[in-house]
Amino acid sequence: MSFVANTPLQREEMLKACGVSSVDDLFADIPASLRPQSFRLPPGRSEHEVLEYFKQLAERNYAQLTVFLGGGFYDHFIPSAVDALASRGEFFTAYTPYQPELSQGTLQAIYEYQTHIGRLTGMAAANASMYDGGTAIYEACQMALHATRRTRIVVDGGVNPVYRKMLYSYTANLAIDFTEVPVTHGASDRKHIEQVLGDDVAGVILQNPNFFGVIDNHEDIVARCHEQGSLVIQSVYPVAMAMLKPPGEIGVDIAVGEGQSLGNPLAFGGPYLGFMATNKKLVRKMPGRIVGRTLDREGREAFVLTLQAREQHIRREKATSNICTNQALCALRAHMYLSLVGKEGLREVALLCHAKAEYAKERFKAIPGVSVMETSSTFNEFTVHLPADAGVIAGRLVERGIAPGLPLGRYYPGMEHYLLVAVTEKRTKAEIGHFAEVLEEVLSHYWDFEEEHSERIDV
Amino acid sequence: MSQDDRKYAKSHEWAKPDGDVVVVGISDHAQQELGDITFVELPTVGQVMEAGAECGVVESVKAASDLFAPIGGEVVAVNDALEDTPELINQDAWEAGWILKLKPSDLGQMDALMSVADYDATL
Amino acid sequence: MSVVFNKSVPGRRGVRLPTCDVPFVDAIPEEYLREQPAELCELSELDVVRHFTGLSRLNFGVDTGFYPLGSCTMKYNPRVSERIAGLEGFSQLHPFLPQLRSGGMLTQGALQLLYELERVLCEITGMGAFTLQPLAGAHGELTGMMLIAAYHRDKGNKKHTVLIPDEAHGTNPSSAAITGYRTVSIPTDGTTGRLNLKALEDLVDDETAAIMLTNPNTLGIFNSEIEQVVEIAHRHDAQVYYDGANLNAILGKFRPGDAGIDVMHINVHKTFATPHGGGGPGAGPVGVREHLVPFLPISRIEKRRDNSFVLDYDQPRSIGYVAPFYGNFSILVRAYAYIMLLGGDGLVEVSENAVLNANYVMHALKERFELPYDRSCMHECVFSASRQAEHGVHALDIAKALIDRGYHPPTVYFPLIIKEAMMIEPTETESKETLDAFIAAMLEIADEAERNPDAFAELPKRAPVCRPDEVKAARDMDVSFEAC
Repeated sequence: MSFVANTPLQREEMLKACGVSSVDDLFADIPASLRPQSFRLPPGRSEHEVLEYFKQLAERNYAQLTVFLGGGFYDHFIPSAVDALASRGEFFTAYTPYQPELSQGTLQAIYEYQTHIGRLTGMAAANASMYDGGTAIYEACQMALHATRRTRIVVDGGVNPVYRKMLYSYTANLAIDFTEVPVTHGASDRKHIEQVLGDDVAGVILQNPNFFGVIDNHEDIVARCHEQGSLVIQSVYPVAMAMLKPPGEIGVDIAVGEGQSLGNPLAFGGPYLGFMATNKKLVRKMPGRIVGRTLDREGREAFVLTLQAREQHIRREKATSNICTNQALCALRAHMYLSLVGKEGLREVALLCHAKAEYAKERFKAIPGVSVMETSSTFNEFTVHLPADAGVIAGRLVERGIAPGLPLGRYYPGMEHYLLVAVTEKRTKAEIGHFAEVLEEVLSHYWDFEEEHSERIDV
Repeated sequence: MSQDDRKYAKSHEWAKPDGDVVVVGISDHAQQELGDITFVELPTVGQVMEAGAECGVVESVKAASDLFAPIGGEVVAVNDALEDTPELINQDAWEAGWILKLKPSDLGQMDALMSVADYDATL
Repeated sequence: MSVVFNKSVPGRRGVRLPTCDVPFVDAIPEEYLREQPAELCELSELDVVRHFTGLSRLNFGVDTGFYPLGSCTMKYNPRVSERIAGLEGFSQLHPFLPQLRSGGMLTQGALQLLYELERVLCEITGMGAFTLQPLAGAHGELTGMMLIAAYHRDKGNKKHTVLIPDEAHGTNPSSAAITGYRTVSIPTDGTTGRLNLKALEDLVDDETAAIMLTNPNTLGIFNSEIEQVVEIAHRHDAQVYYDGANLNAILGKFRPGDAGIDVMHINVHKTFATPHGGGGPGAGPVGVREHLVPFLPISRIEKRRDNSFVLDYDQPRSIGYVAPFYGNFSILVRAYAYIMLLGGDGLVEVSENAVLNANYVMHALKERFELPYDRSCMHECVFSASRQAEHGVHALDIAKALIDRGYHPPTVYFPLIIKEAMMIEPTETESKETLDAFIAAMLEIADEAERNPDAFAELPKRAPVCRPDEVKAARDMDVSFEAC
């Protein structure tokens, strides 16, 4: 099945038109010495056979767990209309809108997406999206470094550790210094941040709510940074923004975040989208695709890609980024999701997440030996301290059909007894109660498996 | 035809002494090549730079071209009008479309720039 | 069509959310709450469905019609791949799951799929190992350059430059530059349309970190001297990067690994028919030769003796994390499904028909359009509109005339080394009837360009808009809707 339309007879006619006798003649430029030494692949199969094969693979993934895993990636409900609309071929079989006359659908949708992200974050302008939340932070750093012509970045320890690892990988070959400031009691350490600020600091990266789910108002940090000429990059959870103080209200320069929660399935890590928004002053330094509204020859409203002169296909080695595309279809889904849940709906999602997480906290507090870290308010994710290795206990809960949260020892050495628990609007009171009961039961036997603590987590 | 009251860099900037400062812009040829200019990134007043240093960007729809300091010195003024009306460079690259004023560190560096005849010969 | 925010009605609701079955609490202090509500739109579900259905109808995709956009491989995207990617066992999997003890056993199907895809890509390209993590082609390039930088750092090599042919995609120089390298352009030989070996010899030295190649190149020409290029590079301990953008031309005919290529990426949305999505998401798997394996991104999928799969995070020489998890998983699922549908025989058929289709179009048009390199091409051919330009009809005007005739135009003004370039890539999934109709349209346009050149300025007439004012867009910067 190669989806080739032409019949052997048609191919003969075409070869004749090209003045060659066989298709091999068209590959004459590839010398015999360069022909494949091997090309051992299974023969093609029918649609039915392939579908069955993948169904088997899919069944070997147990997706029916009750999920309390978050860590920046959340199990939110996706309205059916998102899938129905995003699977229209006119959207997903189109490409980058180079020809605006044939791409007004994609272009207008991106413009509307940019507007939605701007309103959610309180910022003046958003781009058409980056690959994910981590690459968005990296691109924001590059923006800050270029805009300030400085060389150091300060990273709050509450920023998703996965993103911090990505940031350090990308910049390993560049002359950029990083200073990491550990969080204390779950929140940003003001004193420490102030100490490390200086006239070489291009930007400070913060996250709200931070990786521990802790809510903060970074307004004071933003003020200190601006006094020193540093920019502030804040990574935010878009669902929480329906309730919490958005970056725009506290003077943040570049807002970024992972947009998966807005209508995109978890899908084992991707595709997701990173959103990015900034203020008027920095908009021309923002990397990636941006759509603008203009007029056409007849004076009709029209949408086009704009500010492309900064991009790789024109500016080559001097481009602001090497990104060629955006996550158009994921951004489209995010925009559809926001349109469907709407202004009140997203607030309700946020309130539900928060209320259910608070209920879960109460349930866990009642379990002997378990304590909930409660030095500051949290949104829908919180840290619990367990009387044993969180990895081991999580394993026991997984066996009972619950993905209980993320053991923190892997990313924060010394926090081996801590579990990061997330609750979304999809979790019911009964599921939360069941989780608490199973946890209590597992913990009541924990002496039995304490000897396992030294075992390496081997997936 | 370029103007003969100033000197030129290979990268198409002009430099024109005016009292104790030197005014810098881009040539009419350069603005024509770029097409409709949509944005000019200006240096900051007080910035000190060497001859040949990048000191801004001139953007059109189809290109973004770096601006280089034709001579070294301190930026004493920038043409703020370009922020809202970058097309001034298209309309009048020689006068109203000036970009920055430098207080030269060494006026002798002007000698290294091209005369109008030499510049026009490169076009 | 009116923007969605204009359709918003205060108080109108779309989807209904689960009821709150726990005590309602609002434990968040005032200082953390937003002052102004986020003004998202307020619509009914039907409002939203009509809005996006309306927008989709303003779009042109492969499903709509012929889309010979050069260098982008706009082939048919099989529907079964969409169905497979949507299976709950794939779409509902939380990426942190394998990091939980016992969680790995719950994702064996997903890990097996990724493991098998890596193996299959190795066989298709002749490379030693693959990472599936890069999130797009350009991201693959960046990953590849990071691997090369890590290799040189590990060996204590002092390398500063990357050599790139002048016909290359703009991403190549950009990817090299953001990895910290200075880029040097290698001129193309004007008679052969290939990399000039003599120029390469002159430019390469012990500071050269890498040479980045696209083969077939952006002129659609295969460089049969690729082994010499590799040999010259390796003599200076420079690595050779192969941009796999044009892999659709050579499946089963040439494998970069056999020519000694060190690093390459694949654009799965081109070769393996994953949807272009209006500009993403894609995936950009990166393949390497054995000596670069230790530097591959964290994590690696390993197969254990009991045939189970495990993620190995213990990679001390790795460049680290390039993606949060294992790549754009559901895109990779589609790519693997496509490869499995076609099989080895089908993949060979792909390239043979892609190349045949491109040559057929080239032969039919070369009498009327300037063909800078008149020789057989691979999967795409590059014309110049220079003859039409003499009448004042430029490549862009031809593009707009094609729109009125129901086609998506070819890539225009790229590669940069051809004036008035028009890059046509028909792909293998288009039929002879489609190509014949397109050829007829192009010939008609060539006639029209001579007869009535002035008419082109007003084209297209049948599209929803005509030549939007890009200068106004860039000056006004209206990138976010403000209600009047």
